[in-house]
Formats: sequence, structure tokens, C-alpha cells
Amino acid sequence: MRRRRRPRGWAWVAPALLLLGVFVYLPLLQNLQYSVMKWDIYAGGSSFVGLANYEKLAGDPVFWRALFNNSAYAAVSLLCQVFGALLLAALVEGLRSERWRRALRAIYFVPSAISLTVAGLLFYFVYEPELGILNALLRGVGLDSLTQAWLGQEGTAIWAVIAMSQWQGFGYSTLLFAIAIQRIPQDLFDAASLDGVGPIRRFFQVTVPLTREMTGLMIIVTLSGAFQVFNEVMVMTSGGPNNSSQVLVTWLYRMGFGRNDFGYAAAIATVIFVLTLGIALLQLAITRKRRVEW
Amino acid sequence: MVSRSNVLGVVLRTFVASFLLALAVVVVYPLLWMVLNGFKTNSELFGNPFALPLQFTWDNYAKAWNRGVSSYLMTSVLVTVTSTIATVFISAWAAYGLTRMQIPFSRTVLALILGGLMLAPAVALIPLVKMFQALGLYNTFWALLILYVAFRIPFTTFLIRAYMVDLPLEIDEAAAVDGAGKARAFWSIVLPMCKPILVSSVILNILFTWNEYLFAMVFTSGGDLQTLPIGLTNLMSKHGTEYPVVFAGMTIAAVPVILLFFLTQKYFVKGLADGVGK
Repeated sequence: MRRRRRPRGWAWVAPALLLLGVFVYLPLLQNLQYSVMKWDIYAGGSSFVGLANYEKLAGDPVFWRALFNNSAYAAVSLLCQVFGALLLAALVEGLRSERWRRALRAIYFVPSAISLTVAGLLFYFVYEPELGILNALLRGVGLDSLTQAWLGQEGTAIWAVIAMSQWQGFGYSTLLFAIAIQRIPQDLFDAASLDGVGPIRRFFQVTVPLTREMTGLMIIVTLSGAFQVFNEVMVMTSGGPNNSSQVLVTWLYRMGFGRNDFGYAAAIATVIFVLTLGIALLQLAITRKRRVEW
Repeated sequence: MVSRSNVLGVVLRTFVASFLLALAVVVVYPLLWMVLNGFKTNSELFGNPFALPLQFTWDNYAKAWNRGVSSYLMTSVLVTVTSTIATVFISAWAAYGLTRMQIPFSRTVLALILGGLMLAPAVALIPLVKMFQALGLYNTFWALLILYVAFRIPFTTFLIRAYMVDLPLEIDEAAAVDGAGKARAFWSIVLPMCKPILVSSVILNILFTWNEYLFAMVFTSGGDLQTLPIGLTNLMSKHGTEYPVVFAGMTIAAVPVILLFFLTQKYFVKGLADGVGK
């Protein structure tokens, strides 16, 4: 076989490597360095403070509240956007009419195409106590006692934001699961039907095992995304009231750009880094054996 | 004769169909409310949130357009188009190198490029601000362009590479026999064959860039350079009492991507099937 000239291969990967190296990996390392520094805005310098920022973090109730909110996000999203979406996709793909299948997949997806900003602003109005359609709906069906300022109370704010996220995101994962179900050979479903297997057992014995890879991928993407939430919280509550709906990235943003405490913000960023990288490595460890490439 | 299991089946099917339709209503109704509110007056909106507008006037849309939405839209289009082209091109170029060339430490190179998939953009945020301030790029178009390209390369390369791996190497070798160089083979043979995955990469990158919030918020603070997601929150805080204008602005921001999705749905679904199914 003809030998290729070796150095030329570099020219192909160099642009990607250069951009990633300078704007992704370098700042990632710098973040670790920043997290052990104290920035003095007025003196314009910084000094090494060791693990002081992390100690402060451990004693910061808002940080723990944010971590709790991110975990709540993860739990609800797993339930709705992974397990709920898989079930929903199976129901949609079980419809006889191809036209209805396609229409429903598209309708469910639409909120994922509009930005989280638009969706967040929209639900800011949906939850609005006076003109919002949620309270109007509750009044309409005689449940006046349940009407409230959904985003204005500590007890409900984060849950209202999480609910909006499910509305926005479930169509995307439903579409992906629908694609995974379409890839299952039809004769497996036919064979199950011939054996007299009902729809519920067919779901657990054919659909669930044969979409396992997609489910694994979606669990990781959803978990990782839950710890990176920013946009919708910022648009709907800015972390309020009284920091009750704060998540890690909004707290990072507040500490970094609101208080100019870059060292402390970098320490929060490190926590996000450890969490998301841990989730990704877990996935790699699980799928590595099955994957052919890398 | 109607058997018991048949009756059960019909009940079950009706129940499932009603559930699916109810869910569709839950998805569509708030969106419809948004579009209709863009046509209402303030007093109509506060009077009865469920009512249709008395008359469809474009006043609110014109107001939103003139109060900044036109400029946010221009910025969004510019940033989206340039970063999508650059991302897909650089990623396809890298994917070609990774699948067609001998590269020293190729496993490390691959891991470095695809490893970016695991990293949350928020983690690099604080150092990136310092870096862009030092480079004099803070609050410029270039900051967004560079960041969107750098952070989207891993996923886009992942998609295109997975597709290129399956293209037989013989087609390149045939080009080499005909005297074409590697670059020539890339442009005129391999790239056209990758069209399906390139189309879905473009769509996914457009959706991402059009909707991105964190970088746009941090790197364009206070400038006139604002994308739609940031611009809309400004519209909200500046004209918060004129809700119909805000609704009109939201509709203007949402319509282009919804249209893009419906026009390209076929390719989009096929691309996702190819990309994530591997």
C-alpha cells in the first residue's frame, strides 16, 4: 500500500484543535487557577488564597439551594423527558395513521424550536397572577383556591420554571425516541403480536430493550443539561424570590458579574465541571465496551 | 360478535388518542395565545385573557419591529449564518482528516476534539471574559462568532465523522488515480456525498445559535450588538407595561425557526437518525 505523507494530516485537524485549545481547554484550566485566587477589583490584582473559595462555598446556603434545585431539575427531567418521552414515543408510533404520527411528532417538537428565552417569557405571562392563562384556567374550572403567584413565591418558583422546561423539551426527546423505535425491525413487533403479546408487555419486552442505547444517551444528555440550566431561570425569575430558584449557573453569574467575585464564581464553575464531567465519564465507561470506534 | 378484548382494545385506543390530542392542545395553546396577544390592545389583554382580539391590527408588530427587534433580528441572522458556515466547514475539514489521513497520536487528537462534547460552556465563562477583554474582542461580533464555532465543533465533527466513516475509502483512491489531490477529493467528491449529514448539521447549528443565551448575554452586555434572545428580555424590561408589544416581539423571534423546522423536517429527522443512531 502506498504510504501517505504524514505531516499533511495535521493541516486538516489544526483549525479545530487550535480553536478548541485556545477557547475551550485553556479557559478550562484557567478556571481552576482562578478558583484558588481572590480578585481585588479596586486594586486590580489577585492573590493566591488556596481553598478559601471552596470553604466559603461549603458554607453558602444559596449554593446548596442551587445544587438542590439543579438536582430537582435532573429528577423531573429524567422522569418526563426520558421515561415519559419513551412511553409517549411508543404511543405515537403505535398509531395506525402515518399522517397523525408525523403531525404529532412535529407539534410536540415546536416548543423545542422556539428559544428558551421565548418559551420562558411566554410562561412568565402564563403564570402571571392576573392575566395569566393558568390562573384563568383554574378559576374557570372552579379551583379558585389553587390560583397563586406561581413565580412570585419561594415555594413554587423553581417548580414553575421546571414545569416550563418540560413543556419546552419533551418534544425533542420524543422525536429522538420515535426515530429509535422506527429503527426496530417491524417483524419483531409482528412476532410479538402473533405470540399474543399485548401492547403493555410488547412495550417492556421489545421497545424498551431495543431502544436501550438511545435511553442511555438521553439519560446522560438530560442529567448533564440539568446541571447547566441558565436561560429559563434567568428569564423567568433571575433566581428569586429570595434566591429560592437559584441554580448553579445563575449563582455563578451573580457572583462573577454582579459581585465581581471571580474567584468564587470560578469555584462554582469547578463544581459544575466536576459534576458534568463525572456524568459524561460514567456514560463513556458504560458504553465503551459496546462501541466499535474509540 | 364483539368480544370482550375487542371492547377493551377500543376503549384503550380511544383513551390513548384522547391523551395524545390533549397533550397537543397543551403544547399548541400557549403558542396560539402568544401570537393572538400580539394583536390585542393592553386593555383587551387584561380584560379577558382567553378572548380573541377584537380586530387584527399589526400595530404591536410594527412597534416591536421599530423598538429594536429589527436590529436584534439582523444581528441574530448575521451571527447565525457566519458561525454555522464556519462551524460546519471546519468540522467537515477535521472529520475528513480524522477518517482519511494518517495523523500522529490520532487517538489523542480524536479524544481532544470529541472530548469537548463533555464540557459545559459555563465552566470556561469567567476566564473567557478576561481573555476577550485582553484581546479587545469583548462586546464585538467576533466574540460570539469565535465562541459559537469553538463550542460547536465537537458535536458537529462527531456527527460528520460518524457519517464519513461509512463512506468507502475507494472513492478517494479513485480520485487519487485520476490525479486529484486530497483537497480536491474533499471538495468535489467526499463533501457532496456527505450532503445529508451536512444539511442536518446546518439545521442543528442554526437552532443552537439562534437560541443561545449565556454567551450572548455575557459577551454583548451593554452594546448595540444584541441577538434576539437578549433583545427580547430588553424589550420586556423597557416596555414591560405594553405586553402586546412584547408578545409581538416574541412571535417575530419564534416564527423563523418554526418555519425552518417545518420546511426542513424531513432532512432534519433523517439527519438526527443518522447522527445519533450510530
